[in-house]
Amino acid sequence: MSERLVIIGNGMAPGRMLEHLLEQAPGRYTVTIFNAEPRVNYDRIMLSPVLSGEKAYEEIIIHGDGWYIANNITLYKGHKIVAIDRAAKTVTSDHGVTEPYDKLVIATGSVPFIIPVPGHDLPGVLTYRDLDDVQAMMLAAQSRAKAVVIGGGLLGLEAAAGLNAQGMDVTVLHVMPTLMERQLDPAAGYLLQRAVEQRGIKVITKANTQAITGNGKVGQVELADGTIIPATLVVMAVGIRPNSALAKQAGIAVNRGIVVDAGMRSNDPDIYALGECAEVNGQVYGLVAPLYEMARVTASQLAGDAAAAFVHMDTPTKLKVTGIELFSLGDFAEGEDRQEIVLRDAAAGVYKRLVLKDDRIIGTVLYGETADGAWFNDLKKKQTDISEMRDTLIFGQSYQGGAPLDPMAAVAALPDDAEICGCNGVCKGKITGAITAKGLTSLDDVRAHTKASASCGSCTGLVEKLMVLTLGDTYNPAAVQPMCSCTTLGHDEVRRLIKAKSLKTIPAVMQELEWTTSCGCAKCRPALNYYLVCDWPDDYADDYQSRFINERVHANIQKDGTYSVVPRMWGGVTNAAELRAIADVVDKFEIPMVKVTGGQRIDMLGIRKEDLPAVWADLGQAGFVSGHAYAKGLRTVKTCVGSDWCRFGTQDSTGFGVRIEKFMWGSWTPAKVKMAVSGCPRNCAEATCKDVGVICVDSGYEIHFAGAAGLDIKGTEVLGLVRTEDEALEHIVALTQMYREQGRYLERIYKWAKRIGIPEIKRQIMDDGDKRKAYYDRFVFSQKFAQVDPWSERVSGKDKHEFRPMASVGFAQAAE
Amino acid sequence: MNWVAIGSISDIPRRGARCVATPEGKIAVFRTLDDQVYAIDDHCPHRGGPLSQGIVHGAAVTCPLHNWVISLETGKALGADEGAVRTIPVRVEGERLFIALEALASRAA
Repeated sequence: MSERLVIIGNGMAPGRMLEHLLEQAPGRYTVTIFNAEPRVNYDRIMLSPVLSGEKAYEEIIIHGDGWYIANNITLYKGHKIVAIDRAAKTVTSDHGVTEPYDKLVIATGSVPFIIPVPGHDLPGVLTYRDLDDVQAMMLAAQSRAKAVVIGGGLLGLEAAAGLNAQGMDVTVLHVMPTLMERQLDPAAGYLLQRAVEQRGIKVITKANTQAITGNGKVGQVELADGTIIPATLVVMAVGIRPNSALAKQAGIAVNRGIVVDAGMRSNDPDIYALGECAEVNGQVYGLVAPLYEMARVTASQLAGDAAAAFVHMDTPTKLKVTGIELFSLGDFAEGEDRQEIVLRDAAAGVYKRLVLKDDRIIGTVLYGETADGAWFNDLKKKQTDISEMRDTLIFGQSYQGGAPLDPMAAVAALPDDAEICGCNGVCKGKITGAITAKGLTSLDDVRAHTKASASCGSCTGLVEKLMVLTLGDTYNPAAVQPMCSCTTLGHDEVRRLIKAKSLKTIPAVMQELEWTTSCGCAKCRPALNYYLVCDWPDDYADDYQSRFINERVHANIQKDGTYSVVPRMWGGVTNAAELRAIADVVDKFEIPMVKVTGGQRIDMLGIRKEDLPAVWADLGQAGFVSGHAYAKGLRTVKTCVGSDWCRFGTQDSTGFGVRIEKFMWGSWTPAKVKMAVSGCPRNCAEATCKDVGVICVDSGYEIHFAGAAGLDIKGTEVLGLVRTEDEALEHIVALTQMYREQGRYLERIYKWAKRIGIPEIKRQIMDDGDKRKAYYDRFVFSQKFAQVDPWSERVSGKDKHEFRPMASVGFAQAAE
Repeated sequence: MNWVAIGSISDIPRRGARCVATPEGKIAVFRTLDDQVYAIDDHCPHRGGPLSQGIVHGAAVTCPLHNWVISLETGKALGADEGAVRTIPVRVEGERLFIALEALASRAA
């Protein structure tokens, strides 16, 4: 029978320990986990990007529910262990579950330190520790009011940046004279303060908080010097202390943390402790790299390797605030026996300092440019004698040994044991070895097999360079395919950052997201224009020059440079007057080709660009508006004749199709959207290969989506059945809005749906009424600005330069 | 060299183009984001697409028909494509724009 292993706590350290244990001793233990938080194991390092809106919770999950099931692990979510009975070898949760163990692992982490000033327990005072804190902060941020963050260390600054990104007016209070004084020297601390202030965050140093006051909730923060700062939210981020109360109560040796030996074993031989709650050789740890090392040691011990031992190591610190590059490592205090090398480039905002002792690096602070961090770390770790390269050392690895190296060559030059991923302690050789041995081809594969770049992600660029070096041109960084060659960001990141940073113009996006070209290219500009139109319907001024010609002149360019024109025929219904008007236009402008389209309307082809405004003027007289046959937007709603005429029709499919089209025309979407409504399951309108389709049945309306009948052929998926036409409209509109907000430019609905997952879309549109209503409302709001007929605008003179030559020269009569 | 006035720089939108009609076909006159002005034949070397209708980015235009990217400075196709279009000298005097039309001048005369 397998031994019973019980784990208290489900953070990153025990999660990692289990991964090692499952690999080293599969089946040896029956594992039960008690997690006081009601959720699975997620990446706490990434809470700051969640707070700033750059990532979603789903993206930072390390082990989803499926992982626990697949590995036969019992996870009690929301169960806090209240007692350990060492004699009976059981633990008991606050919900009354008692579980026996053979081996127990305590991984209770840490608790945030709360300064015991008056008012510290008022509603509105939060800490920054887990997802609940982040969600509470995001909720508070919706008021866009004032926030105070107490603590100018790593966590405090990340919290401040996140709240600032959420639109709050943030003040950081720091008791020391400079920010992050434990990791940065005063010069770098000053640069950091300036960068933080440039983002609109106020910083008060030497700030001694005396009280938090308010009427039943937080109203202001009072400092010892009498300063009063109004605030509705106070975040305390002044430090953490090991959470060892449970162990202490069970009589296990506790000092600052739970005292363990180098094998992570407490004074009870069947009980281990790891993570932030553990104290090894008098030290407690808070950064992920040593915690993961503890996980490795504990797993080896549990698997039977009594020699596995934890060894102290220095860990580099990085700040996870987008746009601030900061790296700090080791000891950088001044001393008689120490020398320093400093590089300052004020214009570029760069500061680098190396602290040397006996010709060896013992400390490094890099600000503004951190690419050489890995190399300095390597030199320090190996105690390399740097006297030979002392003069150029500060310029980094690329200046050593002659000509500057390109970044790729610099990575190639790193030794095999150079650390690439600081969080997970993965060296270069392990990554390149795994790529070769296991045939890895994607970044996700490398993350899965080596853990490199799987935590904070700041080494992703290095890992990708290693993949290129190892795989050559066969490496296709599909994990994040950049939008275009102007950026390294993918569509999803760009969309997220547009929202997170409230970017509302194309130049703002290019500036803030560090575009490498001055004005983009023909790939990214139309995409950015769409994203901004979609996200800021009321604020954004459409950038005409970033639209493809068809959307600029509201007609379809043909191979000979002429255009085709398709007026809207609502639901494919027309009449004699309309047909007569079309016939007259065809005669008057000698239009060479008239064709009925697959979307049930009439296409006039071969119209000269100069004639377009006059053609539209005549069509407009007859009541026609643009059919948007050229648009990444709503095209047609195809219908059958339905219950008005057809002996099989169950509902008024024609009327409903017209209603949808009149409701949704003019909306811009990531790619074209074609719809159809069929009056019965015989499906004469071919609704089951459309982007969105409706099949009417006796009991209501069956909504379909994600079909394709172009490059790919694909039948639709069923979204669900609703009873009334009003409900059907609401569902269809909400679905379209969800697609508008999430789709990548030029990504059709069926591809978007495949990426997001049909069940997730059903959950949001069919099951979550609030979500559906919110999508619906946002679509309706955006239509206020979108439903303008582009043809009549241009008949009235808009963009008239577009349709006339600038000059005519060289002709005999013009030369007169 | 025969310099012909074709209008004012403000007639052309930034990151846009206008056409000048000539007996030999259209000439596309481009204005970049930083107010550089270029003139090339309005005829993509690939399949003859009207380059004046393309998206202008930097000193290049992407043809609206098949996305060839043409350098406005050299008239040459950029990237993997090969081909070139005729460039026409442009002079900017204050606001006024002139293009040089040698061949046309002789024909008109």
